[in-house]
Amino acid sequence: MNEQTKSVNRTSAEPRSLLPSRVGRQIQKHWRLIVITIPFVWLLLFFLLPFFIVAKISVAELKIASPPFSNMFEWTDSGIVTVRIVFDNFIYIMTDNLYFDTYLNSVKIAAVSTFFCLLFGYPIAYGIVRSGPLAKPIFLFLVILPFWTSFLLRVYAWMGLLSDQGTINSILIALGIIDEPIQMLYTEFAVYIGIVYTYMPFMILPLYANLEKLDGSLNEAAADLGSRPTNTFFKVTLPLTMPGVIAGSLLVFIPATGEYVIPDLLGGGNVQMIGRVLYNEFSRNTDWPVASAVALTMLFLLVLPIIVFQYYQGKSTGGK
Amino acid sequence: MIEKSNVDDTTWHTDDKTKPLVQIKGLTKKFGDVIAVDNVDLDIYQGELFCLLGGSGCGKSTLLRMLAGFEYPEAGTIEIDGMDMSNVPAYERPTNMMFQSYALFPHMTVEKNIAFGLQQDVMPKDEIADRVHDILKLVELEGYKKRRPQQLSGGQRQRVALARSLVKEPKLLLLDEPLAALDKKLRKQTQFELANIQEQVGVTFIVVTHDQEEAMTLSSRMAVMDAGRFKQIGTPTEIYEFPESRFVADFIGSANIFEGRVSEDGSDHVRVSTNVGEVYINHGQSVAENKQIWVGLRPEKIHLSITPPKNTGPNQIMGQVEDIGYLGETSIYKVRLQNGQIVDVTATNQRRPMNRTHSITWEDTVFLSWEPESVMLLTS
Repeated sequence: MNEQTKSVNRTSAEPRSLLPSRVGRQIQKHWRLIVITIPFVWLLLFFLLPFFIVAKISVAELKIASPPFSNMFEWTDSGIVTVRIVFDNFIYIMTDNLYFDTYLNSVKIAAVSTFFCLLFGYPIAYGIVRSGPLAKPIFLFLVILPFWTSFLLRVYAWMGLLSDQGTINSILIALGIIDEPIQMLYTEFAVYIGIVYTYMPFMILPLYANLEKLDGSLNEAAADLGSRPTNTFFKVTLPLTMPGVIAGSLLVFIPATGEYVIPDLLGGGNVQMIGRVLYNEFSRNTDWPVASAVALTMLFLLVLPIIVFQYYQGKSTGGK
Repeated sequence: MIEKSNVDDTTWHTDDKTKPLVQIKGLTKKFGDVIAVDNVDLDIYQGELFCLLGGSGCGKSTLLRMLAGFEYPEAGTIEIDGMDMSNVPAYERPTNMMFQSYALFPHMTVEKNIAFGLQQDVMPKDEIADRVHDILKLVELEGYKKRRPQQLSGGQRQRVALARSLVKEPKLLLLDEPLAALDKKLRKQTQFELANIQEQVGVTFIVVTHDQEEAMTLSSRMAVMDAGRFKQIGTPTEIYEFPESRFVADFIGSANIFEGRVSEDGSDHVRVSTNVGEVYINHGQSVAENKQIWVGLRPEKIHLSITPPKNTGPNQIMGQVEDIGYLGETSIYKVRLQNGQIVDVTATNQRRPMNRTHSITWEDTVFLSWEPESVMLLTS
């Protein structure tokens, strides 16, 4: 029934008699097409095209030149076009353990960070949903507030907090709890703190949206049928908020895997993540082909499983 | 005002010596400054189908939610089967509730929805399956086990919700507007089904409703609620035929109300002089003389005629037909009295009105009369 009203609304939203002219009628006729074209062109120009450029570079050879890679097409003097595609870069990153280990480490750090975001984010989202009508907008605002400050600045602030002479160590020493500063900066721990802190809003917001529309009487019904609060949470609330959990987790996991700034600033050289490797290949080694190959490999190894997962997820919930 | 809310409580179960299943004493609930339930007393007995009837915001749902354990009272006690419920959380109460929205779990099949309550107790799987099967049979949904709530019609969902709340065999079943989400025709049919199921399972029902017809059809006893208090408690007949206040007389059905003063309080009758003449009442209710009082007359209990009644005396008035509403089975006549007051009279159309006219028509002078036992005495 809902579906029906939606489609009715959609048709009535079309500017039916606003444009009585010939052109107007043409616009009306192709309205859908026009609306769809804009995002298509956008994605084509700014996503697909760059993607193909990167793909092209990844199958080129390194060259001391500007740009620093070989051309794919070359016209010889005799007028014959030669196409050069080499997979050396891919073979190289697959055989060198550095890349494989870094990739694995990135996924591990992103997965652990996602887990902690979920662990802390879920109760926060739950608490916001349950808070009073006055407190709710304030809490939501506080979740979004960090976005108003530069991301880089916030990471630098964490450096100040975590460093050997930083706020946390100073306080602990002053209180006599420790004698010597604990090294926190330039450890994996610092990277976890940075990622969990930075990406927390991306976990909280989808969870909040999901929890907010959850029918409160379901909780009451479960309690009424004899279910204790913890059982109700695992049997009713959690299953019904799985879409929010998945959306939030993807929003944290995907960018966290490719994160560059946080591991670079908070992890120093001690924490290898794929984003850092990518940056190093690209700007320090000026090896654009290998950098492109690393980027593409990450894309396929990371995004494809997620797309497949989402496809089946959509299939299983779409039948409802 | 009725001073005590449980005035009429004794009439129904006078011979019942058993202890009431539910005992509510001095129950009060406030939301901020608003008093939702105001110092209410109520006894409900085993096997009753008790309706709480009232307009929106009268506190009926709050009272039900306090019985279920979703709200906690500011003052007063609830005892169910002799046990004080004050510190018992919802999940440990011997009650189950059927929600207005049904609150079916959308991620579970019909079968799992119903089994959910049983799984909370320690019960062998076979027994759970048996009881789910039996209850589905009772609500005639045997073929729908594997469906999800979204795949059911409104009426089917309603029955799943009923089955889910009944399957644990609670001592007390609470139903919050159980039929409100159904369309009118289905609602009427389901009213009888619900009453039949209650009779079959023998569980005590408390039903909250705003629909007076629903309350009248369903209940063995009912309470009319307003502003957090009970206005009157009694069987549907008692409430309809012997309302105690103008509020109840007007809330249940419709009533023509005249103000008056008691001129004579005899042993078997009461005379009231009103602004439309003298009213004689002989159903034995006794009221103090000279007291201000209101008399009520149901539109269907007034007799309408063009010729004057044979004997003159009390219980008759003259008026002029101002409007006629033809409803098919009945017609409503709006009769203007000499003092300007409009009186509603309904008459069954036993004969087909010929030539598309009623035997009584607009502008006719008519005589209204009624039996002395059909007058309602309203003390407030």
